[in-house]
Amino acid sequence: MNLEIANGRLLDPEHGERQATLYVADGRIAGAGVAPAGFRADRVIDAAGLVVAPGLVDIAVRLREPGLEYKATLESELEAAVAGGVTSLACPPDTDPPLDEPGLVEMLKHRARMLNLAHVFPVGALTVGLRGTALTEMGELTEAGCVAFSQADVALADTELLRRAMQYAATFGYALWLRPSDPYLGRTGVAHDGEVATRLGLAGIPAAAETIALATILALARETGVRLHVCRLSCAQSVALVREAKAQGLPVTCDVAVHHLHLCDVDIGWFDSNARVVPPFRSTRDRAALRAGVADGTIDVVCSDHAPVDDDGKQLPFAEAEPGVTGLELLLPLTLKWAAEEGVSLAQALARITAAPARLLGGTATLAVGAPADLCLFDPQAWWKVERGALRSQGKHTPFLGLEVPGRVRLTLVDGLVVHEA
Amino acid sequence: MPANASLPDAEATLRTLAERMRGAVAHDAAFVGIYSGGAWVAERLPALVPGQHPVGFIDVSFYRDDYSRTGLKGGSKRTSLPFDVNGANIVLVDDVLYTGRSVRAAINELFDFGRPARIELAVLVDRGGRELPIEHTYCGARLAVARELSIVLSRDEGLLTLAVEQMS
Amino acid sequence: MRNPQLNAHGELTHLLTLEGLPPAVICSILDTAEPFVSIAEREVKKVPLLRGKAVFNLFFENSTRTRTTFEIAAKRLSADVINLNIGASSTSKGETLLDTVDNLVAMDADIFVVRHSQSGAPHLIAEHLLATGRSHVHVVNAGDGRHAHPTQGLLDLYTIRHYKKSFEGLTVAIVGDVLHSRVARSLIHGLTTLGTPEVRVIGPETLMPTKAEALGVRVFHDMREGLRGCDAVVMLRLQNERMNGTLLPSAGEFFKNYGLTQDKLALAKPDAIVMHPGPMNRGVEIDSPVADGERSVILPQVTFGIAVRMAVMSIIAGAR
Repeated sequence: MNLEIANGRLLDPEHGERQATLYVADGRIAGAGVAPAGFRADRVIDAAGLVVAPGLVDIAVRLREPGLEYKATLESELEAAVAGGVTSLACPPDTDPPLDEPGLVEMLKHRARMLNLAHVFPVGALTVGLRGTALTEMGELTEAGCVAFSQADVALADTELLRRAMQYAATFGYALWLRPSDPYLGRTGVAHDGEVATRLGLAGIPAAAETIALATILALARETGVRLHVCRLSCAQSVALVREAKAQGLPVTCDVAVHHLHLCDVDIGWFDSNARVVPPFRSTRDRAALRAGVADGTIDVVCSDHAPVDDDGKQLPFAEAEPGVTGLELLLPLTLKWAAEEGVSLAQALARITAAPARLLGGTATLAVGAPADLCLFDPQAWWKVERGALRSQGKHTPFLGLEVPGRVRLTLVDGLVVHEA
Repeated sequence: MPANASLPDAEATLRTLAERMRGAVAHDAAFVGIYSGGAWVAERLPALVPGQHPVGFIDVSFYRDDYSRTGLKGGSKRTSLPFDVNGANIVLVDDVLYTGRSVRAAINELFDFGRPARIELAVLVDRGGRELPIEHTYCGARLAVARELSIVLSRDEGLLTLAVEQMS
Repeated sequence: MRNPQLNAHGELTHLLTLEGLPPAVICSILDTAEPFVSIAEREVKKVPLLRGKAVFNLFFENSTRTRTTFEIAAKRLSADVINLNIGASSTSKGETLLDTVDNLVAMDADIFVVRHSQSGAPHLIAEHLLATGRSHVHVVNAGDGRHAHPTQGLLDLYTIRHYKKSFEGLTVAIVGDVLHSRVARSLIHGLTTLGTPEVRVIGPETLMPTKAEALGVRVFHDMREGLRGCDAVVMLRLQNERMNGTLLPSAGEFFKNYGLTQDKLALAKPDAIVMHPGPMNRGVEIDSPVADGERSVILPQVTFGIAVRMAVMSIIAGAR
């Protein structure tokens, strides 16, 4: 099918922007501005007033398969992904059972291919059962389709094992995606260890629980030379540690969950379980440092850390409520909101949710001729209200419920096919 | 609302009430005033009615029948009955007798302190409009007032005054 | 932020915490409690205010003492009282907290008195009642996790006001395990709301919450220094599980540093009162001669507690 996307504002975060027509043929971008020879459009899409950008890449999306289908399914979440303009996503291994065997990974890839919506890139479990005692068969898992290895939100207590894991991964060039979290410090905590936790009588998680683990990870990464990506920074000191490591030439990348750019511990209000996330929302100072970190490039990637939770999991006292928020459909609006507030250009903001995460998955996100036609057409001026009914994801829990956000996805293309239209 | 000209002078009415109680009430009858207007009247009566009359005060907030509609209004006072209610001759004292509901509540409350020998009722003003089968034993004055108006007793430097106000 | 305890008319409809309550609301509870104190002196020790109302004591965490005081308070208001020890029934059968609440609402509960080990559980119930259109049902927090114990806070305020007449110029010290104490949090919020000029917390750093100063208190680690010039000393109960060596080396060492003895009390004002929410650990946080001494007002606290709980229930049940 040949598509002509006319009158749009082409925005390639890596190659600038221009007003031009984009031509799509055979699932790829066939031309920009000038139609390829003999091109005949089967459909002309009027993209007047819309931004035509590479499809978003979200590196932390829990699809809840296998094993947790009562919370969400591939069907519901991949629908949500394309509705949010996300054309590629990576899913962490914290399923039930965890993604520690090639068979599980193959099944997931197969199911995703059958649905033919967003591309799914599984992240394999670093240790068997995420138990932190034995390494998984990383080679087999890579062959099955894993793009990296991770402990998801399970802290790794054994630093000896962590060092071995890095050495082994470095041997074969596998990437480790690690969220820094001390296994002991703040282990009973459910909120940032600060004024709000004190007032509400919630057990606290000190920032040091993250920075201690981060320092450990960075020290071992320096020594082993592993390809390291640090996940979900939450505090100012972590941003400083990564900035320093990068300045010293360590090839480390890192990300932040988009909700951390907007909220802090105060937003827990009176025990709102929609604000129960891991890592916890921290102080306003931490939030400011995260926002600055994304703006200056210390933080490479912004992700949704999408975690659909069912109502039963959230309608509990704060500490008992399951952590996690729905985010796939909010990644673009919340990134746009941050960019507008910080005076960051649209191209620079989009780079954090397209080109930069795509590189982590070993690919690209571009409008260059010949690139796969994974596209997101959105109206940056369209504001919409976040409501349960407005979300495709089976997860309806987000602290942004009731808030008006900018950026409505009008059309999503994956491999040149329209997979979402609104 | 026309001036209070139609209202009797409160101090004169109080003297009339005391006159009617004199010789009729038991020599040892306790005067129990219902907060707040009734309490002011009860305080004044022992000086005007011969005998040994202990004075008590009663707050009927916790016995009212309109709690489920209007809730608890602030400013509840402590009921204080400095005599043994059992076997006592009691004269309940109120400023204005209207529906009879406050008196009903006060009688109920008195019985939670014991079993009086007799309860009588003295009111400064009877404005009619009873909703319960309750009648006063002694009364200072009778008045006819429209439903939407209320008669309010106030006290300033010990002197009592009657006024008419729009029902809130 | 909307205050979930007040209804559209600004009336108190639930009592969840003292934090954020207007001073006038707190004062009116204390004022209403006053006439209730004397009800115990009557031949019939009850008033008919809550006749026909059903008070459900919903205790997810056992506490015979607190449950009993609520039960007495409700009965003195002529309410019907139903005691449920949920800890031992529904939740172990897999029923969720809100399922339990829905079931009891269907049994025509008017007031839930909730004790729960998790901070925020009473808020969750109150929000659920609002969301499901049953705002005629009221919630009283009888202690949630480390968060709040507002009726205890109110009875402490009542006690201090009773003996000290006002909060003007007072210095109040709260001693012991502030970190885990909902009693301390509620009292601190109450005292600061009513304008107490100096509220002190005294204890080792392991028993102090992070940024305690943000609650409006001065932190002291030296008990002698902290007690100097105090008008009221509130001792907190030290739970046995805190003495297992992870927060404190031993009960003995705690008593040495933070136990209230006659000689330490001598540093407070001569007319300082000594309070304790009970049950006391004699010889751990308080020495027997102090607990039984003439400055101890621990037993009057219990009496006032019933009156305060009567006031709370009669005020919220009357809200529209």
